[in-house]
Amino acid sequence: MCLGIPGKILSIADDGLRTGKVSFGGIVKDVCLAYVPEAGVGDYVIVHVGFAISKVDEEEAKKVFELLEEMGELAEAGGQGP
Amino acid sequence: MDETADFSLSCPVPIARYPKVLLAHGGGGRLMRQLIEKMVVPAFGSEALGELHDGAELELSGAVLEPGARLAFTTDSFVVSPLFFPGGDIGVLAVNGTVNDLAMCGARPLYLSAALILEEGLPMETLWRVLRSMKQAADKAGVVVVTGDTKVVEHGKGDGLFITTAGIGVIGPGRAMSPSRVRAGDLILLNGDVGRHGVAIMSVREGLQFESVIESDTAPLADLVTAMLDSRAEVHCLRDLTRGGLVSALNEIAGSLGRGRPGSQGLGIVIDEGEIPVREDVEGACELLGLDPLYVANEGRFVAFVAPQDARRVLDVMRAHPLGREARIIGQVVESHAGQVVMKTRVGTNRVVDMLSGEQLPRIC
Amino acid sequence: MKFLEEYRDPEAARRMVQAIRRATTRPWTIMEVCGGQTHNLIRFGIDELLPEAITLVHGPGCPVCVTPVEIIDEALEIASGKDGRPVVFCSFGDMLRVPGSRKDLLAVRAEGADVRVVYSPLDALRLAVEAPEREVVFFAVGFETTAPATAMAVFRARELGVRNFSILVAHVRVPPALETILSSPRSRVQGFLAAGHVCTVMGYEEYEPIAERYRVPIVVTGFEPLDLLQGIYMCVRQLEEGRAEVENQYARAVRREGNVPARQLIEKVFEVVPRRWRGLGTIADSGLRLRPAYREFDAEHRFSLSYVSEEGPSECIGGLVLQGLNRPHECPAFGKRCTPEHPLGAPMVSAEGACAAYYRYRRP
Repeated sequence: MCLGIPGKILSIADDGLRTGKVSFGGIVKDVCLAYVPEAGVGDYVIVHVGFAISKVDEEEAKKVFELLEEMGELAEAGGQGP
Repeated sequence: MDETADFSLSCPVPIARYPKVLLAHGGGGRLMRQLIEKMVVPAFGSEALGELHDGAELELSGAVLEPGARLAFTTDSFVVSPLFFPGGDIGVLAVNGTVNDLAMCGARPLYLSAALILEEGLPMETLWRVLRSMKQAADKAGVVVVTGDTKVVEHGKGDGLFITTAGIGVIGPGRAMSPSRVRAGDLILLNGDVGRHGVAIMSVREGLQFESVIESDTAPLADLVTAMLDSRAEVHCLRDLTRGGLVSALNEIAGSLGRGRPGSQGLGIVIDEGEIPVREDVEGACELLGLDPLYVANEGRFVAFVAPQDARRVLDVMRAHPLGREARIIGQVVESHAGQVVMKTRVGTNRVVDMLSGEQLPRIC
Repeated sequence: MKFLEEYRDPEAARRMVQAIRRATTRPWTIMEVCGGQTHNLIRFGIDELLPEAITLVHGPGCPVCVTPVEIIDEALEIASGKDGRPVVFCSFGDMLRVPGSRKDLLAVRAEGADVRVVYSPLDALRLAVEAPEREVVFFAVGFETTAPATAMAVFRARELGVRNFSILVAHVRVPPALETILSSPRSRVQGFLAAGHVCTVMGYEEYEPIAERYRVPIVVTGFEPLDLLQGIYMCVRQLEEGRAEVENQYARAVRREGNVPARQLIEKVFEVVPRRWRGLGTIADSGLRLRPAYREFDAEHRFSLSYVSEEGPSECIGGLVLQGLNRPHECPAFGKRCTPEHPLGAPMVSAEGACAAYYRYRRP
């Protein structure tokens, strides 16, 4: 359900509808930015059917890797589980 | 295409009088003759075409007469929309597509025919551009267009322009390629990144722009294939990755592996997703549209099934050629899961990769 | 690609799998609600990495699968232009092969209807502006993730005074379907992975009372292999510790309150109504419909639709699959009389239908 892909905002224009050029690994598409008023050029947004539905929180994005680091240390301290 | 089409030669048909194709241009009368004599023949400029005969007479000499040589004969139709796309057009595809089919038979392509179905109202300028790029592609691939046909259909009954090409090539002694020659242990070589042609076409349709233009990979592969076969390596089978992409081609071959060999249980294919090159922008377009690049069309990519002891050597030959710089060994033929293609995914698991049921459509979920 | 590649790292995935193994002491059944997650679980072969004790069942989170046959039939009728006006019927690619009671959109297109695949509802609106002599209809399927896009298209159509644009609404809401599954006495589901992108729009406040009432852990989860594995890990931890909370694995995209401007526009344009789901029956408060103020953009209102379809008997057990009561290969027709080429039911059609995913990515 709901394919959402992270892309980087390259530029923003507003002619009645806040729209931006968003790059997905080098491919650029016009995306409606009306729902992410807080997102600016250089930010990453999740895009679904031509609409940015969320700004990617870069701090939160790192947390899974921090968790893995912690778990790695725990596993070494506590030996291997089953 | 490494050069832009040469438009210094302007269209020889008096455009002012007939800027668009009329039904009469296919009606067998004076207008049709004018179109062929003033446009088609000058565009291709081959002696055989100039005869305007019902067929072409072809010299039989040299390689064709070598003992053990065989003819390869193939045909293909082209119905691409849009007619022009980044990196090529329907004309280049129509030449390269048939040249590549011959190359995949292990043949050196020699002669092509070209049949044009024009839609009433097609701009003459468009036709001229396509004919010119067919000629350029033919020159580049070292083939000659020697015969052809032109028809005009009513407005609304065609998509501007359809082209059918057929081709003849010669297969040198001992160079026949076929899935039946594939053996367990054969390594599978791929000549470069996949998915570019399909994305180039879709980019035009879906209004995607690019930081760097994604061009179709359309290219004539015969020269590279000849270099591979000249290395005396044991190459068993070749297949180009057009509609349906890499996975569909591998499934076609897997389906016919090991058939008809006494005592054979049939063979399967394993590939490694991590070894298959996909350009980042192509990946991006596919993610965005919900497509899998391994199923997206190519026009200048092929796989070769090579005996394991020769694979390294063939890979070096491929990498030394401009159309094989990024060649990789992507998989192997195995004696298990007969008829199926199994892929080691990026996260290290194994799964069957199957044929598509129909065309890939952009999806949202 | 940033924010995708790193979540597909085999080493990180392997470590997360180890963490799941360490955390699991007994069998658990977890449902991923979202079809996109089903698709990726199977595409990346994640199900085969999990310990035996973990059973994943697949939920009703595929808008293609749950759109009832009568709405598909309405789409077919509008697209074939029966009431004499030239119609351009726009749809996401997903819906073209979904069977109505007699045919699908591809068949109608083959008969001459102007059916186009669009990437966004705004593309359909642009077509309407460019071709004022035609009726442009957009097939608005999807969950709460897609609803803001449709809402914006309608809102803009009103702003621009576009008179030849309408939408056929089939939007559905996830939480009522979850409750339906949980309240079934046959339900085996002990924990849920909630759909990351639905929650990106809607937030997850709505899920808190559900977790509490039914005593099930719900983990809002993303779509990449590492997301899915971490979502499963968090769910297993809760189950093992006897907790039943809503947790957010996908915090890089999802906030508790969701996307406020998007929710506001959905609220402005749509109202909540009961909706029939293919395979699940009618679920109260599970659908969206245009509010009376926007009724002029409602294709059902604009076109006089005559046809009432009935779902005939079929051996398809799609309904049970969508509720997580059966897995696709438990259907007697699976892979034999029902394949992606000849689907008996929607779950075999959609790229993220559980049956199609099982069929396409079956193990060697």
